[in-house]
Amino acid sequence: MTTISAAEIWGFLEDVKDPEVPVLSVVDLGVVRDVKLREQNKWEVVITPTYSGCPAMQVIEKGIIERLNEEGLEVNVTTVLSPAWTTDWMSEAGREKLRAYGIAPPEDEVDKSVLFAKPTVIPCPNCGSKNTKMVSQFGSTACKAHYKCLNCLEPFDYFKCLR
Amino acid sequence: MTKEEALFTYLLRRADDTLILGHRLSEWCGHGPILEEDIALTNLSLDLIGQCTSYFQYAAQIEGKGRTEDDLAFLRIEKDYVNCLMVEQPNGDFGKTITRQFFYDVYHKLLLEALVNSKDEQLSAIAEKSLKEVKYHLRHSSEWMIRLGDGTEESHERMQNAVDDISRFIDELFYKDQVDEMLIKEGIIPDSADFRAAYDAYVTEVLEEATLQLPEKMWQLSGGRKGVHSEHLGYLLAELQYMQRTYPNMEW
Ligand SMILES: [Zn+2]
Repeated sequence: MTTISAAEIWGFLEDVKDPEVPVLSVVDLGVVRDVKLREQNKWEVVITPTYSGCPAMQVIEKGIIERLNEEGLEVNVTTVLSPAWTTDWMSEAGREKLRAYGIAPPEDEVDKSVLFAKPTVIPCPNCGSKNTKMVSQFGSTACKAHYKCLNCLEPFDYFKCLR
Repeated sequence: MTKEEALFTYLLRRADDTLILGHRLSEWCGHGPILEEDIALTNLSLDLIGQCTSYFQYAAQIEGKGRTEDDLAFLRIEKDYVNCLMVEQPNGDFGKTITRQFFYDVYHKLLLEALVNSKDEQLSAIAEKSLKEVKYHLRHSSEWMIRLGDGTEESHERMQNAVDDISRFIDELFYKDQVDEMLIKEGIIPDSADFRAAYDAYVTEVLEEATLQLPEKMWQLSGGRKGVHSEHLGYLLAELQYMQRTYPNMEW
């Protein structure tokens, strides 16, 4: 019987994509927190939600189970809330994939308690211009804000910083 | 009352606040004054519904009677809901919805900041997770309070009316009974009296900026934490529970 390493499991998980941002794997996104061998061929994958109400989490859980079942492995997915997910956990590869897909990756943002703070400058993922404008802090999904580029005039999503 | 029973009731209070406020906000779906706010309000709703799921799951586990989060959310009768009265108040116009949101967000953020230090690991984890979301909520509602309060004559008047109305429900946010007392003693929840001053200070600061005023001390309404609700909750539950009552055990 061949033994499979945790590193290989992480590799399989690279194939499981975020259903709302299908260029990102669950590993890129940073929602997979741990992979543990429970007993022979039985694994536990620990995940954490991006936002409390993120509807993608159930699909992600199913995707993980299906992918590992394909390898003939049994898996149990558990969800933890703490430590709470932060966009700092997104991989560098993930940030590049987002940009190539047309979504601006998270930037360092100003303190959220400051009212009417000037929104952080988010470069346009299409043309790179910094001449962009926030349309709304709340976008098409919980994790995104809605921006518009004043240079190429394209609207775009920004994967907002959560810390 | 055992510690588990107190914790169960407390978790339902948190769960019901977030469920009912989340449901109220979802009523705006497709009716927002502008597209961006339609999306913003439903985003807030999604966060709150997500948070209530965490509380209900934990409550079901603590109760240990085989009820699920869905049973708790959809299959209780009105007097078993223990949300505060503020969150069940009807949406009114956009200004009233924002005002209700603002008065609740200030409390919600302060509560979660303190709840993160709970000796109960799971409650602390839910608070830590929710707090990141609620910071966004508070900034959103605070900015709209100022924009609309210090806006046109019309928007100012509507906001002042909303403040007069919703401020009747502030004291209830700080309601305490033996459930709270027991959990405070155990270090599981904070004493809300400890952040009342911070609440009043923040509210005053934003209202001043918004050129709005808290009315002279008004009659304060309460009862929600004991299941005694305003007439509005029944109608809300009729809609919220419709699918589960009509098609028991249905799933999406
Ligand atoms: Zn551009």
